[in-house]
Amino acid sequence: MKDIGIVSYGAHIPRLRIKSSDIANAWGKDPGTITNGLGIIEKSVPSIDQDVATISVEAARAALARCSIDPQTIEAIYVGSESHPYAVKPTGTIVGEAIGATPVLQVADYEFACKAGTAAIQTCMAFVKSDMIKYGMAIGADTSQAAPGDALEYAASAGGAAFIIGSEKVIATINETCSFTTDTPDFWRREGRKYPAHGGRFTGAPAYFRHITSNAKILMEKVGSKPEDYNYAIFHQPNGKFPLKVAKMLGFSSDQVKQGLLCPYVGNTYSGAVMIGLASVLDVAKPGDRIFLTSYGSGAGSDAFDMTVTKYINELPREKAPLISQLIENKKYVDYATYTKYRDLLYEE
Amino acid sequence: MADGAVPRFWREIPQRYNLIGNQCGACDRIYFPPRESCPYCRRKSMGNMKEIKLGSKGKVVTYTIIYVAPEPFEGQAPYPIAIIELDEGPRVTAQIVDCELEDVKIGMRVQSTFRKIQEDGYIGAIHYGYKFKPLEVKG
Repeated sequence: MKDIGIVSYGAHIPRLRIKSSDIANAWGKDPGTITNGLGIIEKSVPSIDQDVATISVEAARAALARCSIDPQTIEAIYVGSESHPYAVKPTGTIVGEAIGATPVLQVADYEFACKAGTAAIQTCMAFVKSDMIKYGMAIGADTSQAAPGDALEYAASAGGAAFIIGSEKVIATINETCSFTTDTPDFWRREGRKYPAHGGRFTGAPAYFRHITSNAKILMEKVGSKPEDYNYAIFHQPNGKFPLKVAKMLGFSSDQVKQGLLCPYVGNTYSGAVMIGLASVLDVAKPGDRIFLTSYGSGAGSDAFDMTVTKYINELPREKAPLISQLIENKKYVDYATYTKYRDLLYEE
Repeated sequence: MADGAVPRFWREIPQRYNLIGNQCGACDRIYFPPRESCPYCRRKSMGNMKEIKLGSKGKVVTYTIIYVAPEPFEGQAPYPIAIIELDEGPRVTAQIVDCELEDVKIGMRVQSTFRKIQEDGYIGAIHYGYKFKPLEVKG
């Protein structure tokens, strides 16, 4: 059986940031309580000319800059997001054109709250495994919405990552994947509405924690592994606290989680969250490292992956595209007024 | 309401997304945007213009800061507009982003980035294309 996995990867995080304390001050909340309570210091903000299409293209181009793959051999592109620029008109068409992969190409946009990116990885894996395509590109990106004054406003941010899935010179083999899905309305956005709504504390135990812990256990049982077998663990990160708590519940240490936990510095990038977490891990990974990844998407579901880094990671010129640490460092702060302008919060429906 | 600009933007997608120019088969001069024929070689260049994908890197030849912007760009002012000489030679006019106004300098190295250029109101098409930002990765 051939090894299928990640051949190259790239990420993009917009340069603008707003501090949680600035949002708290605008709404008369105590900045210390908010920042510590959520574990988010600041979040990324898309500039007025950035959206999921531009973030996806930048991430896809970064992935191509790191390898010598001819874009014409990428035969499928799936973009997972809950903030596609168009409700009807696929983001993947724009990405395909911008990286030179069109026109003999399979494209579809995915939506499953914060886990649409990992769903895209699974689809690409299946296509490669069945020899229907040579390479597939899975992207998870968002410029997530949050109603002004809502608790989500401290977290909802922008960013994304792209992974080229194939079976040659695989830098990280995907050994196993599984999913866990139920009908759990913890967070949603109705058709035609600008902002999502959520069930407050209901998003915790029956939603995030149940789906991630259940799916993580199913995966470890399937592959016969234990938490201590992994060098890195990446969990969906709607705030800075949940991933650390779920890691502890499952028996992972905070050291295993650290490299893939970016929410405190960039916020919740929704479909991009575990994707940029994985990119951050691949930025530093060595051959033989084992990676555990569990996404979560409201509504609700979770995709889990068991991966092993191969010797080809050393042949991938990671310096040819910005590392996650560089993307986090390259920042400019905006105030709340500028943020409202850039996020189009003043527009009345 | 769809607007008449859609076919025009659509025709220009190769240039706007990927800096596709062309090169005269007779004298090797490179053009961006692409030309039907080479003004130097004229008849000799007819049917002899080859498509060429220009690289993403270049340098700022000159620039200005826009304070009073046209209506679709009002939200972005003040912003720099520069003439950029691509490494292959052709010069393009583009907005500089991800850079403080005081940091824009003549001669600075820049690379293209994919951005939203303009949109036809809240219901029309969104048009994407190149802008330039300071060079991220050396080379």
